[in-house]
Amino acid sequence: MNLTITRTLWNYRGFIFGSVKREFQSRYRNSLLGAAWTVLQPLAMITVYTVVFSELMRARLPGIDRAYAYSMFLCAGLLTWGLFAEILQRGQNVFLDNGNMIKKLNFPRICLPVITVISALINFSITFTLFILFLLAVHSFPGTIALYTLPVLAIQIALAASIGTIAGVLNVFFRDVGQFLNILLQFWFWFTPIVYSVATLPRWARPWIGFNPAAALAQAYQAIYVYGKTPDWHGLWPVALLAAVLCVLALLLFRRHAGDMVDEL
Amino acid sequence: MGVIRVNGLGKAYKSYSSQWSRLAEWLTPFGKPRHHRHWVLQDIHLNVGAGEAVGIIGSNGAGKSTLLKIITGTVRQSCGTVALNGRVAAMLELGMGFHPDFTGRQNVMMGGQLLGLSVSEIQKLMPEIEAFAEIGDYIDQPVRTYSSGMQMRLAFSVATAHRPDILIVDEALSVGDAYFQHKSFDRIRKFRMAGTTLLIVSHDRYAIQTVCDRAILLDSGCIRMEGRPVEVLDYYNAMMAERDHQQIQRVALADGNIATVSGTGEAYITSVRITDQRGQALQSIEVGQLLRLEVRIKARSVLDRVVLGFMITDRLGQCIYGINTHRLEQPIMDMAANEEATFRFDFPARLGKGSYAVALSLSREDSHIDKNYEWRDNALMLHVFNTKQENFVGCNWLDAKVSIERRLPNQSTGDIPA
Repeated sequence: MNLTITRTLWNYRGFIFGSVKREFQSRYRNSLLGAAWTVLQPLAMITVYTVVFSELMRARLPGIDRAYAYSMFLCAGLLTWGLFAEILQRGQNVFLDNGNMIKKLNFPRICLPVITVISALINFSITFTLFILFLLAVHSFPGTIALYTLPVLAIQIALAASIGTIAGVLNVFFRDVGQFLNILLQFWFWFTPIVYSVATLPRWARPWIGFNPAAALAQAYQAIYVYGKTPDWHGLWPVALLAAVLCVLALLLFRRHAGDMVDEL
Repeated sequence: MGVIRVNGLGKAYKSYSSQWSRLAEWLTPFGKPRHHRHWVLQDIHLNVGAGEAVGIIGSNGAGKSTLLKIITGTVRQSCGTVALNGRVAAMLELGMGFHPDFTGRQNVMMGGQLLGLSVSEIQKLMPEIEAFAEIGDYIDQPVRTYSSGMQMRLAFSVATAHRPDILIVDEALSVGDAYFQHKSFDRIRKFRMAGTTLLIVSHDRYAIQTVCDRAILLDSGCIRMEGRPVEVLDYYNAMMAERDHQQIQRVALADGNIATVSGTGEAYITSVRITDQRGQALQSIEVGQLLRLEVRIKARSVLDRVVLGFMITDRLGQCIYGINTHRLEQPIMDMAANEEATFRFDFPARLGKGSYAVALSLSREDSHIDKNYEWRDNALMLHVFNTKQENFVGCNWLDAKVSIERRLPNQSTGDIPA
């Protein structure tokens, strides 16, 4: 099953990369600042959170008294959450948004979620590169430890793409899924230690955070970029397993309903 | 290459009484189905050989577009099989799934990539695509600013940039203006000659008749008839007028053609003949000869209004001339049961040489759609010869006269040209 999917995607690579490119171009087509908006949006968010929370949080980031410590903490969690949320949000609408094309052309539908993931990754890499440059500028770059970002990122993307595709398929049949997911994302964001650290939570709440797969991911990034440590792999294994299970589930669900999907668009 | 095989194909849409019953069905995978199936296509068998051209006709909602979508693979069938071989280019609906925010050029890229072309191949074909579409500078504008005709032009140009083994065209082409329709049919014909298999849906009688070898009539999801385009189109035409108590009858004529007769039969045609002015039956007709079309009818029941019309069509089915007694303001009012009437239409045969078919219509009003007593295709053939008039071309004898005025160059010496 995976082999045929891989081959299909390879055969349609021209279409996939072409679509990613066109999507990127068309997003900023009629704007003056163009791709700068990709950066400005998270930058504004980081500024707001820094201004609002840095005073509250300063004392609560244990063992860190560097300048910009909170900003770094925030960036590590927020930028990666941004990628996660973008894949999810666009994944849930991927089949609905492309209904026009799905109805008129015969092509492997699996290309669509892949296009979504790749274009989200491009946006992410722009902002994340700036973050790295900022770290280098303030001499806080963690060095080779930063390479650990890649496996963590892989787990996160797999998780987001799976949930996004599942939501995308379900959303065609039950539009409630899209509405629900938007609300869920709001709660999920605040239940994940991104703007606050786990240490600030009341003692009884801390173990519960362990059930949130996004928390383990956010903490992994924070470990790398704030503390310069290797991430806690024990916390990440269950997340990786979950991502793998959801990935299979997403493919099965997609396979089973890809045919019926056209009838509902 | 280029063979289409459709076997026992059926398509049903699921319909649920509410979203909750759909949810219940999803959550109980082994429970009883909670939807009922609404069949739009049933038991379709279709074989199209390499290089063959098949037209699909039928009224709106007959399942034509769904059938094409299943054959191209955008919609999945509920049962049966579809097998294609060769490269397929399809134009379903308008715009080929163009993205409204992308420019024409970007959409061409995308469309080409989806047809399996590489970027360099598309770039090589781009000038040709642009030239064929003739949309000028719009190629670099977003597609949302296009008119529907422009979208169709571009879509057709992309879909046919490379000669496919199988070309599938839905009604899309009818959006184009006469000029582009002509141009696109030229290209389709060229592909045909090069061996492309063609499957088209069209309401354009002319298109089906001139391009297709075979036509298929779809009626509420089933193949109702299959055969030579002219016969199927005549049958379809009669079917359109079909109302309660109407019957469609197909009569084989001596010359191998098939006449379709339909109608309620409340009034019917008893005889038709073509004669000269003295009432002598004619076998062949001279260009310009005065003709008399004599039609006898009989009413079965009391009818308040009766209109007789005739239409002359050329061998491609194009209408050359048609008139009826409604338009001539001579309808018969209040016809008694069993009353008979004889109509005589006198007209000169201002036709080009060739064979023409005469169709008759006996109805209540101007159009036979409203109340059709009898519609008779191929009621009569006219064989026109030209032995007396000048040797003109075309289907109309316009009897042009010529006068020529000649002028020699001016010989006077004082006249110096400026």
